[in-house]
Amino acid sequence: MSRANSTELTPEGIEIERHWQELASRRRAYSWLIGIGLLIAVTGSLWFANDSNAGKFFDRLPHFFDFAGDLVPRDGWEVWRALFDLPSPYFDGSLKFDYPEGRVYIFSGLYIPEYFYKMLETLNIAIISTLVGAFFGFLLCFLAAKNLVKSKLIRFAARRYMEILRAFPEIVIAGFFAAILSLGPIPAMFAVGIHTIGALGKLFFEVVENADMKADEGLRAAGANWFERVGFGIVPQVMPNFMSYALLRLEINVRASTIIGAVGGGGIGEELRLSIGRGHQAKTLAIILLLLATIIAVDQFSAWLRRRLVGNQAFAFGGKQS
Amino acid sequence: MSAITSLNVADFEARYPDVFNPSILKRFMPLIIGAGVVLYVIYCWWFFSIGTVLASGQWQRAEIYARDWVSYAIRTTVRMGAEGTTISYPRFSELGDNPKSDWAIKQGNDVTITFGTGKSLQITPTQVIATRGSEKLLVLIEPDGAKPQGALPDWASLKEDQVTVNFGFAGTADIIPERVVVSRRFFGWANFVFDTASPFWNKSLGEVASMIVSGERIKPEMSNAELAFDNIWYNSSWQHGDVWTKLLQTIVMAFVGTLLATLVSFPLAFIAARNIMPNFFANQITKRFFDFLRSVDMLIWALFFTRAFGPGPLAGISAIFFTDTGTLGKVYSETLENIDDKQREGVKSVGAAPVNVQRYGVLPQVLPVFASQALYFWESNTRSATIIGAVGAGGIGLKLWEAMRTNTNWHNVAYMVVLILAVIFIFDSISNALRSRLMGKQQ
Repeated sequence: MSRANSTELTPEGIEIERHWQELASRRRAYSWLIGIGLLIAVTGSLWFANDSNAGKFFDRLPHFFDFAGDLVPRDGWEVWRALFDLPSPYFDGSLKFDYPEGRVYIFSGLYIPEYFYKMLETLNIAIISTLVGAFFGFLLCFLAAKNLVKSKLIRFAARRYMEILRAFPEIVIAGFFAAILSLGPIPAMFAVGIHTIGALGKLFFEVVENADMKADEGLRAAGANWFERVGFGIVPQVMPNFMSYALLRLEINVRASTIIGAVGGGGIGEELRLSIGRGHQAKTLAIILLLLATIIAVDQFSAWLRRRLVGNQAFAFGGKQS
Repeated sequence: MSAITSLNVADFEARYPDVFNPSILKRFMPLIIGAGVVLYVIYCWWFFSIGTVLASGQWQRAEIYARDWVSYAIRTTVRMGAEGTTISYPRFSELGDNPKSDWAIKQGNDVTITFGTGKSLQITPTQVIATRGSEKLLVLIEPDGAKPQGALPDWASLKEDQVTVNFGFAGTADIIPERVVVSRRFFGWANFVFDTASPFWNKSLGEVASMIVSGERIKPEMSNAELAFDNIWYNSSWQHGDVWTKLLQTIVMAFVGTLLATLVSFPLAFIAARNIMPNFFANQITKRFFDFLRSVDMLIWALFFTRAFGPGPLAGISAIFFTDTGTLGKVYSETLENIDDKQREGVKSVGAAPVNVQRYGVLPQVLPVFASQALYFWESNTRSATIIGAVGAGGIGLKLWEAMRTNTNWHNVAYMVVLILAVIFIFDSISNALRSRLMGKQQ
């Protein structure tokens, strides 16, 4: 006990401290090694990226600021005029300011401005492909769940099938269907929808595997068949989680269908790509504004609904999402 | 008490009114939702005129394109005339400049083309006999057209003066007056390693190896090994060099983009976290900044930077970097807000400087989670990098999209898809392995 206040260590203590020092220095060495390795990798990667880029970083940097500067609107109303397709005082005969071709007339005189219509198109692609994906994911997920299907073969087949649907690059599916159906929103729908089946199917079957099996047991004791057990025992408990994941997917799909749209699937993505490419600054800003508003609105709506459905657990982050 | 009496039932109903007599809205909710979904689907059907598009789609092409993924066709033309028959190949045939094949054989004035067992065409100057299993079709060649004799089997069709014979996967033949155009299909990818211009083309592995090891220099300025590599790298139909460079760009975009995003969002997350930075305005500004970066989509950033930096991986890196700084920042700050406060208090209570409080009180708790989330984003960005590449932000996406738009290079598409899937699979495994080590078993 007399050693309690002294700084001297017992021989065992010295041994322990030596060990600890050794461990610590080894850990430090590993950290340094990882750090240096990452540094080399990043430097190499950046050099490679810069080397194989069309423009070099430092050559293009001034252009970057020029481009950003060009985007600044000349007066406060310019962006709104572009957004609502109103006549512009700067009109010079080019498509830069007025763009009446895209108007969708409901009655003569009353029209939906082009960008709103395109945004609606993109939103519809996202919603319908989420619905289709959720529907097929729903059908598939029960076959992949360990607690419902005893046959390893069926489970294996269902899981691999979903994995393939998920891993296959969306752009390839879009391109393939574009070759058959010609460019347009429907190939985009196929691409986003097929990917969604795989992604949601995986999340769904994980939910099913975590379901409480007591209801199922009760139904089995009463002589229910497999469909009745799934329908009355499992589906009611997993439905809120399913809806929550489907909504989360909707958020992702709004972004995905914009991107696929830019590649050739129509909708607002394509408008944005063309507008940036042609140097229509006010229109670009208008589209970005519209997209930003839509994405935030969809995210907020989905967050609100998910919180109502499953409470705060919907916002716990983990490897499970997406 | 084994049976429920009617009294009990009434009791239960009284006790749980919301279960037995729910409001009408609640009772019909599933029905309303279902009807809404059906109406919405009908609306979309009309909005995109899905029916018309699907009906006017060229579905017969789907089979052809799908077949092109894993097979290739060699075309050859057999000309018939008074002076006999000749076999010719197109100029850039898969069989090289001096084409010879063991399935098209000329004997005297007759040509026999075999399409596998039991399927063949026998071509003489005046007639063609197509055999498929036990069925035979005789087609006489007359100046005004090909004349099939007897009833047409279901694998042959007559269109004006032309008879088309279909041998399934093995190929087709169009019999036209004076010539037969044959398309013979084989499994696999043609000339995958060396193209027909290469001196190593159509040599077995052993021959190539011995040429490299002990053969004479084919080109005086470089060794045979270099030449072989050069030939593979610049293979004209597969463009291995270009494909691999673009693939590396995609990988680099995801890697650097995610790493930079991690590095930038890491300190910002401490500012955004309510419990670490007790300054309301600093919290809010950083959080809204994250929201902005995240909500301006990766596509917008990609298009923006493609315009600014020119097409290439720099644009892709920047796009991933900007979007993910937002997403990671949000995730990180939420993680920080959920930490256990006891360790911080402990470190603070011994009088440590603020930096040391974060270093020893906070970092050990969150670092594994942070690293795991960064790995997860790295993996998912490898997928996204493919797609944003297609709008010009570098990487394999654009090449993939262009190969698809030509409608004839589906074998190249298949090659790139296999590479992408392999990369995604490998990164998935690495990231999963690292994450499960970082997070312990519960992940």
